[in-house]
Amino acid sequence: MSLLSVRDLTVKFAMRENTVTALNGISFDVAKGERLGIVGESGAGKSITGFALMNLLSRPGFIDSGQIMFEGEDVVGMNDKQLRGMRGNRMAMIFQDPMVTLNPVLTIGQQMIETLMAHRKLSREEARQIAIVKLREVYIPSPEDRLDQYPHELSGGMRQRIIIAIALLLDPQLIIADEPTTALDVTIQADIMELLLELCQSNQVGLILITHDLGVVSQMTERTLVMYAGRIIESGRTREIINDPQHPYTQGLINALPQQTLPGQRLKQIPGNMPSLTNIPPGCPFNPRCEYATDLCRSRIPEISHFGEVEVACHEVQRLQSNDARQEAKA
Amino acid sequence: MSTESLNPTAEPSRWTKIWNSNMGYSFRKNPVAVVSMIIFLMIAVAAFFAPLIAPYDPYDPASIDIMNSEYPPFWVDGSLPDFSLGTDDQGRDLWSTILYGTRLSLLIGVCAVALQAFLGISIGLIAGYVGGRLDSLLMRLADIQLSFSTLMVAIIFLAVTQAMFGSETFNQYAVFFLIAVIGVAEWPQYARTVRATVLAEKKKEYVDSARVLGFGPGRIMVRHILPNSLSPIFVISTVQVANAIISEASLSFLGLGMPPSQPSLGSLISSGFDYIFSGSWWITVIPGVILVVLVLVINLLGDWMRDVLNPKLYKG
Amino acid sequence: MKDMATQTLLLEIKGLEKRFDLDKGFLETVKFKDGRLTRETRSVHAVNNVNLDVAKGEALCVVGESGCGKSTVARLVAGLLAPSAGEIHYEGQRIDDLSRNEMLPLRKKIQMIFQNPYASLNPRMTILQALEEPVRHHNPKFSAAEVRDKVTEVMMSVGVDPTWIKRYPHEFSGGQRQRIAIARALTVDPEFIIADEPISALDVSIQAQVLNLMLEAKESRGLTYLFITHDLSVVEHFGTRVAVLYLGTVCEVADTATLFSNPKHPYTKALLSAVPQLKDDRPNHIRLKGEIPTPINLPQGCPFESRCIFANGRCKSEKPRAIHQPDGSIVACHALEEGRLDADAPGL
Repeated sequence: MSLLSVRDLTVKFAMRENTVTALNGISFDVAKGERLGIVGESGAGKSITGFALMNLLSRPGFIDSGQIMFEGEDVVGMNDKQLRGMRGNRMAMIFQDPMVTLNPVLTIGQQMIETLMAHRKLSREEARQIAIVKLREVYIPSPEDRLDQYPHELSGGMRQRIIIAIALLLDPQLIIADEPTTALDVTIQADIMELLLELCQSNQVGLILITHDLGVVSQMTERTLVMYAGRIIESGRTREIINDPQHPYTQGLINALPQQTLPGQRLKQIPGNMPSLTNIPPGCPFNPRCEYATDLCRSRIPEISHFGEVEVACHEVQRLQSNDARQEAKA
Repeated sequence: MSTESLNPTAEPSRWTKIWNSNMGYSFRKNPVAVVSMIIFLMIAVAAFFAPLIAPYDPYDPASIDIMNSEYPPFWVDGSLPDFSLGTDDQGRDLWSTILYGTRLSLLIGVCAVALQAFLGISIGLIAGYVGGRLDSLLMRLADIQLSFSTLMVAIIFLAVTQAMFGSETFNQYAVFFLIAVIGVAEWPQYARTVRATVLAEKKKEYVDSARVLGFGPGRIMVRHILPNSLSPIFVISTVQVANAIISEASLSFLGLGMPPSQPSLGSLISSGFDYIFSGSWWITVIPGVILVVLVLVINLLGDWMRDVLNPKLYKG
Repeated sequence: MKDMATQTLLLEIKGLEKRFDLDKGFLETVKFKDGRLTRETRSVHAVNNVNLDVAKGEALCVVGESGCGKSTVARLVAGLLAPSAGEIHYEGQRIDDLSRNEMLPLRKKIQMIFQNPYASLNPRMTILQALEEPVRHHNPKFSAAEVRDKVTEVMMSVGVDPTWIKRYPHEFSGGQRQRIAIARALTVDPEFIIADEPISALDVSIQAQVLNLMLEAKESRGLTYLFITHDLSVVEHFGTRVAVLYLGTVCEVADTATLFSNPKHPYTKALLSAVPQLKDDRPNHIRLKGEIPTPINLPQGCPFESRCIFANGRCKSEKPRAIHQPDGSIVACHALEEGRLDADAPGL
């Protein structure tokens, strides 16, 4: 049984006069201890997915339909009490900006100990000991002293480590990390990512890593979902997606990276912009930017088709593959 | 490029744009704002067209007959059909006098606020943009000005001018004196708000961009920063108009404002106050109710505007 | 630096320093210490003794992590800040002490592109107003038609759709706004462009568009760039030379190819190894101990000393000098100078 199973999840936002569909029938699974990357540009719906999984969406956003089965329970139907029992406890979330997650007027210790005591029957001293152990796990030097410090007294990297320690506090089964290192520097980012990877592997914790950075996904995850305009357009093993992307958008995204082109040469850009949710084109949402688009693409939303271990939502993927084969034959 | 969405066939008119904007939408959805706006417009239009609407001209001594004094309004026994809201102590038609008085009160309020806004915005812009010592100096000036209450400053100023020029001349130019004193006394309200927004706007990259393009400080202040600081200015302006109307009414009530020959709402209330115990309550009460309603609707509109224009509340 | 003699220097930065005072006003500087009142001013040392040259036609990238002073360097060169010490020369003319009017002719030559396209366009100006304003300002004699022609020409060259002109910035996406911001900078026909993280606020597919646009402008207009960024993959692609900044100090300056194939400064090595690679399965990045110290109390010696595995007593007490290397790069590191780096070090 998979740890998390999402089926046909649709999230809408109630606007003034109409509703806007932010997530359009997405389905995926996360196995126990599996690390899944969700990649997409801003507006693709990747952060909304994270919030929806925790059932954290607030007005005007709401889950319109679909199922989120977490450890055999449907998150969508949970009442507030059940949700509180699940959040932080069995499913934890790490946000982009550590200052938003940490309460600036409480010390690190207060925040950690109170979280522990709210979920477990522990004495204050026991909770404190657990907090110290968890801080040590994320390589925080002299954790006893840190407990009495306030968030603003710590550096950005240290704060994000503490966020990870808090996320791990109750030994969750799944961590959802929404751009956990975007606000940090490259050298710090590398440290944090390595730490997160290590912790997930040693504790068999599932990870959903939401990011725009293909490099990070490539190093951190086993499977990847690529999202575009509220849909999953490609999913499969990370290595295969990075090395041999099938969907024209994924191809474009990887080819647009500066590493893929010789210095000084023009980058292979994807023309145009991601459509806004209020104005998604008919048919395949990517068709106005796609060089392979046909009349079919402009009129019908592509079904998901299987290619080995990769699932792709594209009408033209068959033709693209034969093109590739022909080009390879030529070369 | 997908420009279809940015390329509508017909340009919507300015009014449709405003109607469909965030502000228009929240206005439509807010019954308090709609009702306040309707009442305010009714009062404002009636006051503006006072010479056309009013059956009598209260400034024209020929149309006043002292014999008509203190007739009650139409729903009280003993009223005259000619004077729907009754007459005051001098025999003026109260309805006409209130129309003219409201016009005067609104005029003084709006002009005083315009003066405040001009002074406050200029000083606030310069203080915020230039910064440093000039900023400290101007803001300390504002603090000093604020530490005296408006009424106190106005009373001293008006009493002194009245004594200097004599009440004849004073009465002739009372409107201007009132505008000047209310305008000058309250500029720090604007200066502080504008300075705060300028400090916030100044940090934004579009200001840097303008500086890199070589624009001078005057141009950057007026063309770039000021248009982006308008929201809080609108909000305080509505509240300040209400305050200015109250100040004017208070001063007139104290006999330091408009003379009885050119009645504003305040001086009308004041002149009726002497007769309140002789039973002629309407001379005071009716203009009083108009004043309260006018100030209330302006404040309600200001509250609504603050809710809409304050981005923190809007996002929250 | 090898062909420096044959190229014309456009920009020279000599001994540039910038300090920001933390305690403003007299009262904040008064501190109670050891039983008596003393006056002391704390300041952030954002830029310390930076020397850089930019030759015509170059794209010099300044890289570093947040707080390393790279944006401050950009702002100093653009004249948005006044340096605390040092000089900036443009085409041989000193520009850091000019008045606004003296600076005006140079404003046509030196332009800047900002990081956040959501903030760098005035939200209350239409695209047309934003583009026409600089043309009018710098060419007061232009007729309305000439202004319009200039604006149309620039718009076409950067791919700004001429039908956008009546709209306001909020109606556009980040990439489109950055295009408009670039167009605005190009309306005055500059020759030198300071770009402060111009693509870091944009999505991956849009980054490529904007980077291509800047490359095109470089070729067609013969532009020279001072490109500030934290993204090393962009540097490798876009820059001809790279300067690595740490705590306001230049660690290493080298040709892009040299720097990426043969980084010398320990910090440059760590920085390069930290970039997440697409094709590698395992990151083999060099872990740095600790984090960037605050630039308020600068260490006496090498700024990188606290995190460097090669540091010794000399690094703690003495600032390293910038030394020219045989391959043309300039590196400020005692360990390299003494040949200590070649020894097999842990983690390398």
